Amino acid sequence: MSEDNRLIVEPQKFKHSQSFRLESGESLNGFELIYETYGKLNKEKSNAILICHALSGNHHAAGVYSKEDKKPGWWDELIGPEKAFDTNKYFIVSLNNLGGCHGSTGPGSIDDQTEKEFGANFPIVTVSDWVNSQNLLREELNIEKWLSVAGGSLGGMQALQWAIEFPEKLSKAIIIAAAPKLSTQNIAFNEVARQSIISDPDFTKGDAHPEKGLGLARMLGHITYLSEESMKNKFGRELKKEKIEYGYDVEFEIESYLRYQGANFSKSFNAHTYLLMTKALDYFDPAKKNNGKLSETLSRATCQFLVVSFKSDWRFPSERSKEIVDALIHAEKKVSYLDIDSIQGHDSFLMKNDRYENAINSFLEADV
Amino acid sequence: MFKINDWISRDSKVLDLGCGDGSLLNDLRKEKSTSGLGIEIDAGKIKSCLEKGISVIEQDIDSGLENFGNQSFDYVVMSQSIQALKKPEVALEEIVRIGKECIVSIPNFANIKCRLQLFFKGQMPVSSALPHDWYSTPNLHLCSLEDFEELCKKFNIKIVERKLSKINGEESILMKLLPNLFSEVALYKLVKEN
Repeated sequence: MSEDNRLIVEPQKFKHSQSFRLESGESLNGFELIYETYGKLNKEKSNAILICHALSGNHHAAGVYSKEDKKPGWWDELIGPEKAFDTNKYFIVSLNNLGGCHGSTGPGSIDDQTEKEFGANFPIVTVSDWVNSQNLLREELNIEKWLSVAGGSLGGMQALQWAIEFPEKLSKAIIIAAAPKLSTQNIAFNEVARQSIISDPDFTKGDAHPEKGLGLARMLGHITYLSEESMKNKFGRELKKEKIEYGYDVEFEIESYLRYQGANFSKSFNAHTYLLMTKALDYFDPAKKNNGKLSETLSRATCQFLVVSFKSDWRFPSERSKEIVDALIHAEKKVSYLDIDSIQGHDSFLMKNDRYENAINSFLEADV
Repeated sequence: MFKINDWISRDSKVLDLGCGDGSLLNDLRKEKSTSGLGIEIDAGKIKSCLEKGISVIEQDIDSGLENFGNQSFDYVVMSQSIQALKKPEVALEEIVRIGKECIVSIPNFANIKCRLQLFFKGQMPVSSALPHDWYSTPNLHLCSLEDFEELCKKFNIKIVERKLSKINGEESILMKLLPNLFSEVALYKLVKEN
């Protein structure tokens, strides 16, 4: 695609002024959500798609902020004119979730009551809380029913939650590289990430951007988002310097890459948000209220489902997506499932891939 | 000409194992307003299903069908693909477990054209019903009508109906007299006997 074809986008804000009760029992005294939209809402308001972001994502899913802007949104590969989510056909809404650190109310916002930043006092939010706040945004935008709610990873969990919690408010759910709940190993990774933040002295002193702790959490995350093969292809055992120096400075390319990613991330991301997001992941278990029977939980759903997994994803392996698919089959729901060959691990869901793009495109296009 | 559609009642639930490009499920949806689900492993065919708006699951039948409940579909269809499975006998038992009624079609390897080719040419038969060379055929477990019916008997599977034809759907008197010799394709309606 030529540079001229790029979407120029601008974020907007939605303010909810009433008290908002959270799943934990705590309440927020109102909140703001920052969001972006791409494409045009049709007259019938039947072409709106909600995009839900993953752990470290935000509202800036596609396009650029100016012609000079070199860094497009995180899902720009898939959202845009004639892309998988075709902005010539659909009106796409992407927001930063509650508790985020890119403009929506979160730990970095000022608490009216104390007139200080929430910081660690920001209440724990869950996937259900997000979906409920997204539903308020839907009302604000006067959209009766989403054509689709779509997301990858933690975003896919939100799409699943939408289908359960507001069955009549969406026609199609697209659930990518997700799971019906985290595995023990997933929770274990999250706990190491949290401990690396919490044990950083800078964090305990009140720094919301502790480079060591948050950087370390990100480094760990990065390893789990890539497959061994893609890491090998990208970095191999290449050295940063000419030869081994028998020390603990950066020597291998992969070390340099991870440290750079960690340091960079910690500058822009709020450590409290990271803690919150990992907790939302850990707590997600919609089948819990039905004694673990996901098909019973899903019996309420009325939308069609597209479930996609990637064969090299070991953070949320294909088997986890199949759990969702099997539960949907048992619940007699309309579901299609693709298990796509891709070497990029969990991160595959962010990248271009013909099968993946065609599937999303056809699924959105087909009559309900 | 007889079609699988003729055995399927309106508004029923159909599982098509090896559904290809989704044509059968698409026809059934239009003609019989069925709700269908296809199983397929070929990426290109899955794409065609999605384009038609047919629900399709990427799954290898040879890896098992445990994810489908007992008698959870009104019909399970397996058209011209049981012979391409690694474990056709396992699949057959699964099909009758999942479907209240099952429709299975097979190419007949004991057809006279096959017999003549083998007898006179001394080569593996190639025909419009079995178009592949021996080295590139997906058909791992070819059988005759006799063979298939014997297996059904072994598994207590009742053959409710049988339709015989040539690959193009034509029927003939000869097939009625000597089915195992003259039919090219057999279509069976099966149920599990309790």
